[in-house]
Amino acid sequence: MQTFLKVTAAAVLLATGACASKPAPVAETPPVETAPVVKEEVKVVETTPVETSTIAPGSLEDFRVNVGERVYFDLDQYRLDSDDQDILKRQAAWLASYPNVRILVAGNCDERGTREYNLALGERRANAVKEYLVSLGVSASRVDTVSYGKERPVVAGSNDQSWALNRNGWTQVVSGATS
Amino acid sequence: MNHRAMNYLRHFLAVMLIAVGLAAPASAQLRVRVDEGNFKPTPIAIPDFQVTGANADLARQIVEVVRADLASTGLFDLQNPASFIQKDQTINAEPRFADWKIIRTEGLVIGAFEELPDGKVAVSFRLWDIYGGELMRINGEPGRRLTTTPENWRRIAHKIADSIYTRLTGEDPYFDTRIVYIAETGPKTERVKRLAIMDSDGANQQYLTSGRSIVLTPRFSPSAQEITYMSFEGGKPRVYLFNIETGRQELLGNFPGMTFAPRFSRDGQSVLLSQAQRGNTDIYVMNLRTRESSRLTDHPSIDTSPSMSPDGKSVVFNSDRGGSPQLYIMNTDGTQRACPSGGRDVACRITFGKGRYSTPVWSPRGDLIAFTKQEGGKFYIGVIGTDGKGERLLTEAYLDEGPDWSPNGRVIVYFREARAGASPQLWSVDLSGRNERRMVTQTDASDPAWSPLLQ
Repeated sequence: MQTFLKVTAAAVLLATGACASKPAPVAETPPVETAPVVKEEVKVVETTPVETSTIAPGSLEDFRVNVGERVYFDLDQYRLDSDDQDILKRQAAWLASYPNVRILVAGNCDERGTREYNLALGERRANAVKEYLVSLGVSASRVDTVSYGKERPVVAGSNDQSWALNRNGWTQVVSGATS
Repeated sequence: MNHRAMNYLRHFLAVMLIAVGLAAPASAQLRVRVDEGNFKPTPIAIPDFQVTGANADLARQIVEVVRADLASTGLFDLQNPASFIQKDQTINAEPRFADWKIIRTEGLVIGAFEELPDGKVAVSFRLWDIYGGELMRINGEPGRRLTTTPENWRRIAHKIADSIYTRLTGEDPYFDTRIVYIAETGPKTERVKRLAIMDSDGANQQYLTSGRSIVLTPRFSPSAQEITYMSFEGGKPRVYLFNIETGRQELLGNFPGMTFAPRFSRDGQSVLLSQAQRGNTDIYVMNLRTRESSRLTDHPSIDTSPSMSPDGKSVVFNSDRGGSPQLYIMNTDGTQRACPSGGRDVACRITFGKGRYSTPVWSPRGDLIAFTKQEGGKFYIGVIGTDGKGERLLTEAYLDEGPDWSPNGRVIVYFREARAGASPQLWSVDLSGRNERRMVTQTDASDPAWSPLLQ
């Protein structure tokens, strides 16, 4: 279930990323515990995904769509599982191809924790992503980290699916991408 | 002094002592018990004040705030003025006790409002014990008289309410205080959060920051003149100071990592905060005069949310060093202490119940610690003894978080999302668990902190 959620989450975000520089705002939906994941997906997707072929290599879109911006964490964890590691390997390879790119990794938490603990937990998550990227050869000086705690959820829902999406490490290209 | 005079003096002293002795039973007057199990609010009457001058409206506004403050405690039943039989009471005359007994009034406040020649206003008041049939002196005086400029009228009202509350309950006052909080607007994914301040009763709401950056977790200095808080200004979480009088904001310290969860020390000379660096959060203390910081905790786990004991000797904080977030107490000087659960350690765990504990806040009285507890899909505000004994949960909701104490240690303010998807609001609860009340704010609101009593 966890893997399914993560894959779905990644798909949702990839689709979103094609048309916005950050996750598109999602209208607040009534919290329906049994709502199928696809329902949220329908709401998030606003345009048809851009064809890969139209994306310039080394661009922000290239990173978002073809590499993947976010990894997802289990409840109260900052461990990176193999799905996460695959995404980060793609990020590291991409960063190796575009050596002028600098990134900011943000650690995010779901709303089911207290604010200050979540700021600390988000920093742990951001640092876990950074350390893994550095272990893959990315220079630490190219990677900044920040924690948003529970202050910047990707989606507004209050249910398991939304919380899974909101527990993430978000790699943003800060500078050095081709336009 | 001759022998006769000495005898006279002895006799006089003996009479004095008898008089004092006799006075003692009489002082067992009207007393409102705040901790009684089988609780019933005490009926009190506060008729409109006598008015000297033209500004009867202001006099009425003042008396309404006094009534509202006392009603908000849940300890008093403010009687309806329409039911009052005596209408001609004056501040210098004894009330007709029989008239008030008929409507079962126990405490009666008689006030007088005057406009002074210099433009200021004055309010005098006296408090009567109806069943005891006597005046209740306040700090040894028959009553109090408070003077201020007309714009400042709410503070007079709060001070009157504080006097009455303190005289009747024996508790320290808390109405003449302010609350700082975070005003929230906008959708959840793009939330705007501003520092806001209001009087303890929700009046005079003002915004202190623009909302350009997210701000969180404000706390007052012991002088109530400064606020420390966290802001994402410049993209990174950092602790700031805000001077309420000048509006000046100042970045606190030059820490390499992000800083958050700030609180003043009890003497106001330093700020305790957390710094996160390379995946590890520890607690630091920064001296505000020298601007030098030192490390309080040094552990690979998350250590955050520090709160100092009133005597300054201990700090309670949140740590996940035991595998999940729990509360720990340490000596401020970092030395080992005897732990309630046995043995000696630099940090003693005090929570062992099921669930996750966080945001500990030491009571101004020193005996209790308020916390947020998370268990089984619910959040709770609770209190626990400093020895880890006597845990009591006071509230429960989808999200109840971030308690802080009224300066008298009697009331706890916190924020609540009543159910999944509900927006956050400020609430307060009495230490007994009674009297849960929403505090009305202009916007959604979170992270409340209570000021000390204003000077």
